[in-house]
Amino acid sequence: MKNELDVDAKPVIDKEQSMLVQKKMIADHFTKLTQAKDLGKKVVYTFVPGNLTELMLSFDTLPVLPEINALQSGMRKMSGEYIAEAERHGHSEDVCTYVKCDIGMMLKGNIGPTGQKIPDPDLLLLSYTGCFTFLKWFELLRDRYPNCPVAMLHVPYQGEGEYTPEMVKYVVEQLQKEIIPKFEKVTGNDFNEDALKRLLANSAIAEEDLVWVLEAAKNPISPIDAYFGGVYYIGPIFTSFRGTESAIEYYKQLRQEVQARIDAGLGPITPDGPMEEQKFRLVVEGPPNWTSFREFWKMFYDEGAVVVASTYTKVGGVYDRGFRHDPDKPLETMAEYCLGCYTNLNLPDRVKMMADYVKDYNADGFLMNSVKSCNSFSSGQLVMLREVEKLTGRAGGFIETDLVDPRYFSASNVKNRLESYFQMLAQKKAGPLESAEEVTA
Amino acid sequence: MKCVIGIDLGSTTTKAVVLDMDEHVLGRGITNSRSNYDVACDVARTEALLDARFNLFKSGIESFQQIVGDVDAFTEALRQGFRLQQHLETLGELEATCRKLATSAFAEDEAPRVTAAYDSVFGAMHDEAEELFAIDAETRSDFFRDIAGSSYMKLTDDAARDAELSFEKLLGIYDKAILLVEAHVFNVDLSGVLGRSLERALDNANVGEEHRDEFRDVVKHVAELELELAVTVGTGYGRARLPFPKEWIRSEILCHGLGAHATFPETRTVLDIGGQDTKAIQVDGAGIVTSFQMNDRCAAGCGRYLGYIADEMNLGLHELGPLAQKSTSTVKINSTCTVFAGAELRDRLAAGQKREDILAGLHRAIILRAMSLLARSGGVDNEFTFTGGVANNAAAVDALRILIAENYGEVKLNISPASIYTGAHGAAIFAVREFLNPTTIEEDAAAMAGGAA
Repeated sequence: MKNELDVDAKPVIDKEQSMLVQKKMIADHFTKLTQAKDLGKKVVYTFVPGNLTELMLSFDTLPVLPEINALQSGMRKMSGEYIAEAERHGHSEDVCTYVKCDIGMMLKGNIGPTGQKIPDPDLLLLSYTGCFTFLKWFELLRDRYPNCPVAMLHVPYQGEGEYTPEMVKYVVEQLQKEIIPKFEKVTGNDFNEDALKRLLANSAIAEEDLVWVLEAAKNPISPIDAYFGGVYYIGPIFTSFRGTESAIEYYKQLRQEVQARIDAGLGPITPDGPMEEQKFRLVVEGPPNWTSFREFWKMFYDEGAVVVASTYTKVGGVYDRGFRHDPDKPLETMAEYCLGCYTNLNLPDRVKMMADYVKDYNADGFLMNSVKSCNSFSSGQLVMLREVEKLTGRAGGFIETDLVDPRYFSASNVKNRLESYFQMLAQKKAGPLESAEEVTA
Repeated sequence: MKCVIGIDLGSTTTKAVVLDMDEHVLGRGITNSRSNYDVACDVARTEALLDARFNLFKSGIESFQQIVGDVDAFTEALRQGFRLQQHLETLGELEATCRKLATSAFAEDEAPRVTAAYDSVFGAMHDEAEELFAIDAETRSDFFRDIAGSSYMKLTDDAARDAELSFEKLLGIYDKAILLVEAHVFNVDLSGVLGRSLERALDNANVGEEHRDEFRDVVKHVAELELELAVTVGTGYGRARLPFPKEWIRSEILCHGLGAHATFPETRTVLDIGGQDTKAIQVDGAGIVTSFQMNDRCAAGCGRYLGYIADEMNLGLHELGPLAQKSTSTVKINSTCTVFAGAELRDRLAAGQKREDILAGLHRAIILRAMSLLARSGGVDNEFTFTGGVANNAAAVDALRILIAENYGEVKLNISPASIYTGAHGAAIFAVREFLNPTTIEEDAAAMAGGAA
């Protein structure tokens, strides 16, 4: 997800056309953002989980995603400074570091990853899907932009592990009565259902290709890393491009590249070149660490560990369980999309998803990356670990890092744990060893 | 004979265990990790191989029981004799180094007084050495730096006053000298020193000349026996520094799990509290690790905590447990932060609480933190094995017993007297397996084995 804004950074997958395509898409988007006022376009701040991109685009508005800006700052080694700035303004050490990084960036002039100033919002659209911190984050944004209207979509939590027709109705009513009228007021345009339907139809096409790419990891030699590489693949569809022709083109291109690797029997391409040997197939839960992303990834591919499935690549939409945006029921489909977001799933469902991945992707084990400053999703991960172990018989590993606070990535500790974990997997894969004889000396 | 060695480079101590190819323990060695891991590794290996020779000596004189009485005691006497020689040699080196450093540290007109002070200090240290290594000597630290440091400090205090020299300067000289002395491995004339130690032990045991040749033959045999190290597997905090092929480096989690399993095959849960980390490990019936948790970012509640508390209380590390066990009313201490614990300790002392009660509270605080990791790793299953240096601390063990019983009911708690060697033991078992089923290329193995020792 990081690279969609990472236009200056050297692409990780140097020779892939799709990466260059994505870079251009992002650069164009940021150029449009800087020209928004001149172009007469309105700017909407919103989050990745439960994003209503098609609706935003149907009103011809430009999305800004604060958590993407935060992770970009992490990648660019700016987050430490931004977090310190937020802490100087009273934000506690324990607050989500995405929030502090974002607020710190705003306090320091809101200069985005391309070095251009990000325009102020014309609308704060909070699509609330399970992360309590999002509410507090938007309260801070509201304080910062007191004249900016706020639209809040409340998405009921899937406490029972599924959503009901009543829940869909509840969300649709909010779209009709709260969200769409606010968009109409801010943009001065009427709601255009036909435009929305066209965008939704485009979304479904790109979603189909994304799922194909992610499921390519089921191959015995996985052509992708579904975590470290996966965060790039979800870029366009999780952010400002879902529903666009360019997103369709991007995923078409990506699919061809992955198909070519499958045909050639090749693994994913890492920053150090193609991955030669795949010793361990892993499922990973939790976001990656962004401040030491490459160092973190290296700890995996150096040991021959490839991630075949991850829950993080589902935060902006759980498409591999069958959901596709349906242009025939535009508001219902957006409601269902929001309700089905990974962040909106309950713990047993998250356990089931992990366990299914372990089985479906024939994983040797699974790893929880617990994020120190994330209260919403890191709590419960130990229970998940035990439950997934029970359901799959595969060994779980547990590491602790952070999203964008460089102080919370302790490389030697993470490496130590990962090495222990991989050696444990190797030992288990090798089968039971002869029991050592009891020593007499 | 062919053997393998496992080396555990901990943050505080470095341990080595030598096994024969049937996975029987031949010898164990330990040293302080000091600033130089390579030396620590060499010293621990040398010590373990020496220990192996003593154990082989003991086996060799089993049939001489009627001559010496207690074979164990006789071997111990031989060992103490050897340790004394080793100690005296190192002490000589320390003395020479201190005297050399003193020439630049003190003014020329102070030189005669420095010489006199050192004559008295090192004279006394040499004199007390015999007593330190007597058969019935009180428990002392295994490490030269601890033994010498404590005597030097005590003796120099008086000597400096008498000679009107700066005590701080003399201490500074020691601090430099000990690092230099520790930075190299002494090449001991094994046959010679063992031979002299044997004569001393034979004298003490009143063994007549007619039997002595039999003992001399055994000593000669074990001193000259070639112990060929086929594989060395390293683990522990400093393992990345070991000059071994990658396949010969194992995670300490796996090593502790396997080491505990080797000693107590029914073990299912292992708790290891080392110098700077605490590990809670679950193993299966073959000693394979199935799950683990360890402390992250913060080493609160680990062995170093006790070291710090010992310093704060001006006690030896080995004195903490026995003192805490005298407690009649445990003080509740919540902080396992090492630095805060020091503040808490002073605060409680100022409030008039007893040292033993505070210490009991501090021990409980460590174990409470370990309980959290145990819970995270999947709880405690029968049998439960406690390893690492802290397992040697009786007060920590008491606190653990109570908390385990409260949280998990009755489980069998295993603690081996050699618990500190568990990681090195596991590494050595991996070394045997590596020898039997090599995963590394042969040329590397030959180059890295360390050769004959």
